[in-house]
Amino acid sequence: MASLRVVVIGTGPAGMRAAETLVAAGVRPIVIDEYVRDGGQIYRRQPSNFRRTHRTLYGSEAERAASLHVTFERIRDKIDYRPQSLAWNIYDGALHYVESGLSKAIASDALIIASGATDRLMPVRGWNGAGVYSLGAAQIALKSQACAVGRRVAFLGTGPLLYLVASQYRKAGAGIAAVLDLSPPVRRLSALKNLCARPTTLLKGLKLIADLRRHGVAIERGVTPLEIVAHPERGVEGLRVRTAAGLERGIDCDAVALGCHLRPETQLADLARCEFRFDAATHHWLPTTDSDCRSSVRGIYLAGDGVRLVGADGAEAMGALAALTALSDLGRPIDHNRAARLRRVVAKMERFQRGVAEAFPWPAHLARDLSDDTVVCRCETITAGEIRAVCRRDGIHEANRVKAFSRVGMGRCQGRYCGSAAAEVIAAAAGVPVERVGRLRGQAPVKPLAISVERVVA
Amino acid sequence: MPTATSRDLLAYSGRFVRLAEADRHPVEITIDGRRATALRGDTVLTVLLVEGGHVRRSEFGDGVRAGFCLMGACQDCWVWTADGQRIRACTTEIVEGMHILTEPTDSLWPASA
Repeated sequence: MASLRVVVIGTGPAGMRAAETLVAAGVRPIVIDEYVRDGGQIYRRQPSNFRRTHRTLYGSEAERAASLHVTFERIRDKIDYRPQSLAWNIYDGALHYVESGLSKAIASDALIIASGATDRLMPVRGWNGAGVYSLGAAQIALKSQACAVGRRVAFLGTGPLLYLVASQYRKAGAGIAAVLDLSPPVRRLSALKNLCARPTTLLKGLKLIADLRRHGVAIERGVTPLEIVAHPERGVEGLRVRTAAGLERGIDCDAVALGCHLRPETQLADLARCEFRFDAATHHWLPTTDSDCRSSVRGIYLAGDGVRLVGADGAEAMGALAALTALSDLGRPIDHNRAARLRRVVAKMERFQRGVAEAFPWPAHLARDLSDDTVVCRCETITAGEIRAVCRRDGIHEANRVKAFSRVGMGRCQGRYCGSAAAEVIAAAAGVPVERVGRLRGQAPVKPLAISVERVVA
Repeated sequence: MPTATSRDLLAYSGRFVRLAEADRHPVEITIDGRRATALRGDTVLTVLLVEGGHVRRSEFGDGVRAGFCLMGACQDCWVWTADGQRIRACTTEIVEGMHILTEPTDSLWPASA
């Protein structure tokens, strides 16, 4: 049987399980990863000279993290592993990536994209000040550098990560100013029913919250952010919010960890011309897949949080399923019972995630109320007022046109951190539903490349 | 070449607080011409923020920045090495003798007429 060339992008839970499944089928996949060590973000590994245990680093998920890391060690010499390699474009049926300053192209029989997610942000006045971090960043500082991002950190936003990171900070002995959740207490029965798809995970979450309270951490729900007080030279000096009861409250803090759950990194799927759909529950534009992780483009498979949020466990199942589907499409025999089991796991994780989206909704309404002088694009300090002015002056509401005229989404992060909120600002200003704003087109390179990068023909 | 920055004006020693793993091998580096001691395994961003309050100055006039995403996605922590290479502070591990510049110097650009 001719050997297959399969490429996997990413070594988080989805990419790792995809690679493992391919290896088990006798395929030697090329595994491209941007980072220096395997693990992705959720099970991100600390530098090799650090000594904290898996238990300290990953808490209740220690076994899962260890299992993935052990899997990597076990398959490492059976995969063509290319760390510190940035996948930056997909065209003419080839993946283009940069390794050590050289851009190379690889064509493949199948490409599995497991690109993961980044934090989803709702701007707050002052969030461009020094000392404001994404929730993921606050977690990375602790997990991979054993640092807290400040002496008194305020956690502001919504989603499971808000409580998880706060509790990790608490356990590590960091100073916490408060945990401020933008979502009101869960009232909707449907949210609870969906969250019960994973009773142990739900229980773990409730325990985290109870643990924070027991240790005297102030938790407020239904909070409206007013302003992060940040000095241009000294950075964060405090935070002002309005409580659910309507009272204005000042929080003394020197850092803010900010985030509203996650957003999938879909740029590579977009460059590969995969079809997208608007998800009304989360306001995300997501690449479409069938229940076996096939994208709309032949030979391209999508898995994990990079296609739609399924969580780390869901990502593991999707990664394995994507690999089985690719193998099957390439004429290799697969275990269909296993594929069916994986599909059921993914379906369960998706139900849980619907519950998460209902319990911790994307606070789209806050974008409408942002003051005109609030920076929406941190890269180039484009304000809500500037975006609104462009919409009104030119009578436009399409995301890419507004980007062209206002530069929102055109900066260094390429819209990763302003895109979701900018769409809501545009929709409110133009008086159209947010799906009519559309989505920012993915642009190559998906991250900035040095001008010195040379193209080599493989 | 060292310019007065708010890093010098900060009342406290730095923004980041080391909570564990402090018994690592010290590594000498230079930040904007000043000597600094990092620990092996630190990223450039970590040493900048354990030592001071920020990473760089925003080129859009809104003050200083101290990184944001720490996962190589936001590009808010670009700094330079003395040989002119632009690096992401959050994903670059320090090495002995490294010289970091928090602002690009004119000498990195070809002289204009």
